[in-house]
Amino acid sequence: MSGVRQVVGMTGDEAVAHAVKLVNPDVVAAYPITPQTIIVERYSDFVNNGEVDTSFISVESEHSAMSACVGASLTGARVFTATASAGLALMYEILYVASGMRCPIVLAVANRAFSAPINIHGECTDQLVCRDASWVSLFGESAQEAYDETILSFKIAEHPDVMLPAMFGIEGFIVTHALERVETLSKQQVEDFIPASRIVRDRFCPDENKTFGSLVLQDYYMEIKRQQEEAMQNAFKVTKDAMQEFSELSGRKMEIIEKYQLEDADYAFVSYGATAGNAKAVVNRLRAKGEKVGALKIRLFRPFPSLDIFQALSGIKAATILDRSATFGSPGSIVQTDIASALYGKEDVPSLHGYINGLGGRVLTLPEIEEVYEMSKEYNNIGMTSTTDWVGYRK
Amino acid sequence: MSIELPKVSVKDLQEWSKLGEVFTSGHRLCAGCGAGSMARQVTLAAKALGDPYMFVNATGCLEVASTVYPYTAWDAPWLHNAFENAAATASGVIEAMKSMQRKGLMRERNVNMIVFGGDGGTYDIGLQSLSGAIERGHDFLYVCYNNGAYMNTGIQRSSGTPQGAATTTSPPGSVIPGKIVWQKPLAEIMASHDIPTFTASPAYPRDLMAKVQAGLKHDGPAFMLVDSPCNLGQRYAPDISMEIAKLAVKTCFFPLFYTYKEDWVLTGISSRLAKNPDRKLPIEDFLKPQGRFRHLFKPEWKNKLIEIQDTIDEKWERLVTKATCV
Repeated sequence: MSGVRQVVGMTGDEAVAHAVKLVNPDVVAAYPITPQTIIVERYSDFVNNGEVDTSFISVESEHSAMSACVGASLTGARVFTATASAGLALMYEILYVASGMRCPIVLAVANRAFSAPINIHGECTDQLVCRDASWVSLFGESAQEAYDETILSFKIAEHPDVMLPAMFGIEGFIVTHALERVETLSKQQVEDFIPASRIVRDRFCPDENKTFGSLVLQDYYMEIKRQQEEAMQNAFKVTKDAMQEFSELSGRKMEIIEKYQLEDADYAFVSYGATAGNAKAVVNRLRAKGEKVGALKIRLFRPFPSLDIFQALSGIKAATILDRSATFGSPGSIVQTDIASALYGKEDVPSLHGYINGLGGRVLTLPEIEEVYEMSKEYNNIGMTSTTDWVGYRK
Repeated sequence: MSIELPKVSVKDLQEWSKLGEVFTSGHRLCAGCGAGSMARQVTLAAKALGDPYMFVNATGCLEVASTVYPYTAWDAPWLHNAFENAAATASGVIEAMKSMQRKGLMRERNVNMIVFGGDGGTYDIGLQSLSGAIERGHDFLYVCYNNGAYMNTGIQRSSGTPQGAATTTSPPGSVIPGKIVWQKPLAEIMASHDIPTFTASPAYPRDLMAKVQAGLKHDGPAFMLVDSPCNLGQRYAPDISMEIAKLAVKTCFFPLFYTYKEDWVLTGISSRLAKNPDRKLPIEDFLKPQGRFRHLFKPEWKNKLIEIQDTIDEKWERLVTKATCV
């Protein structure tokens, strides 16, 4: 346990920067983009005031940020970067290089809507569409979770059974810029949690005549990709274990999914990120009215915790999935389709009702969430097992 | 501070050739490819300096042909990330090593970092990443081998393709005879970052290798533009690549020089041509042996040939006016 807990008021972005400071990575290569910018601003302060001995590379684009991270990671360095929205999209090509070359880079995403129309506010589409890039992917609800997941991500990514990059997201402004209570860790605690030694790997360094980034054709490509899948499967257990260890270290319970009043529930909300806070608030309101309802929060998005979600939702009649992301022409909202895949063919599973909401920072109010809850119940009552709606917009 | 080119003698070349190749045989570059000669010269010049060396390579012919998994032609630490980001990747490597050396996680010493990119990866898609890395001051020598088009993907025009050249995306049509515009002045763009900038040709190895060593000895970024003959894309027989490369210099299509801040210095043949203008060959001597310019010799495009000669004369005049000779 942590002993005396330090409590500090910090925004989500500041929490990330302070957590990275405790990790003191060898290289941070980053480019400014709202609402991530505060992370790299604070970190620049730490660098220029000598509080860390990181090499900070202020690159000329996010594409170069991720490219420099790959180069640095392959030398064996501990590496961090942060971005959002368009910046993550610009990195997209190199996200695949980072995972394909097994670079345990940690990336903080200040989840923000994509252009067009240009918008700087919270939405998780940017991170969700990176789902197939072979990155471990986590979401955080609060500044506290941003702080914790920053440190946790290094532990998962650098684990020898994983050796994959990891990203974690916090919603733009809603979490990145909101001042919240954050319990901090000591430098010693973080050093005990994350090994001081750097990863053991083939390193791009002057002493080893090794070739990195070969052209790999039909004869070997698929085996290399399959190894990534195995690493991603390993990441599942590694994340669970790391969260367990982190919970003991911090005294804060951390799990790949969080279950809120689900034990006796007939109905459930499923959400991730900041929306989970609203979902839990609505659960409280509905419970007060006698509704048997709970909430499930997904923290680990990749690898997707199919079995845990199935077990958590088993016996639930209808699930209201609040998805703050946009997808078009899809069979359901992004997270809904993953849940549907996880539950398909299983007995005793809920009907799934996805709600695309909150795009571009739009707020879905608590009364509106209660309304969609009623919609889900209605759908379920008339036997509809799968629905998807856009909610909270002017028709 | 100015740049001093080391004198590289034939004897030096003989000695260095005994050091053992860094870019070894067994790669799959085309017979006659100038990039192979360029890579051997650059790597050997680096090896001769004695310090450890590392290579970052942009996607392109040199990368694809040298590292078909599970083989490699590189007896050196070598890294490929993607097409447009070789300079950014190198900056990550350099800063990671610096940081880990500071923390005692890596042995401290000088490492010569060389980045290779073709004209597509440098003139076009990698220009931003290169300019950014140079502005930040990372210590590397960037070598752009310009073979005059996207040869690796099948001869599409780049901004390093010469005016009038036929490529698969600037074909010699009945209305438009090949590439319309002149090349991007890449060496001048790089030089304007106030870094040592060199031009070199694999047909003149002593000049090229001296420039590689000068670039590596410089503390901070340096840039070298190499004219890289490509028999496949420029369409001539594979046994005359070095002749073509020489004609590029002798016609002043590709002058050999180096520049740093105020200094512009012509070297080798180009220096001699500046002193003896009557020895400068007409551009037709360079264009005629190459299939990519064949259409320009049709009567209807006679004015194009004149236009190209005029442009070369004007650019050469400008260079000679501001340059000294060695």
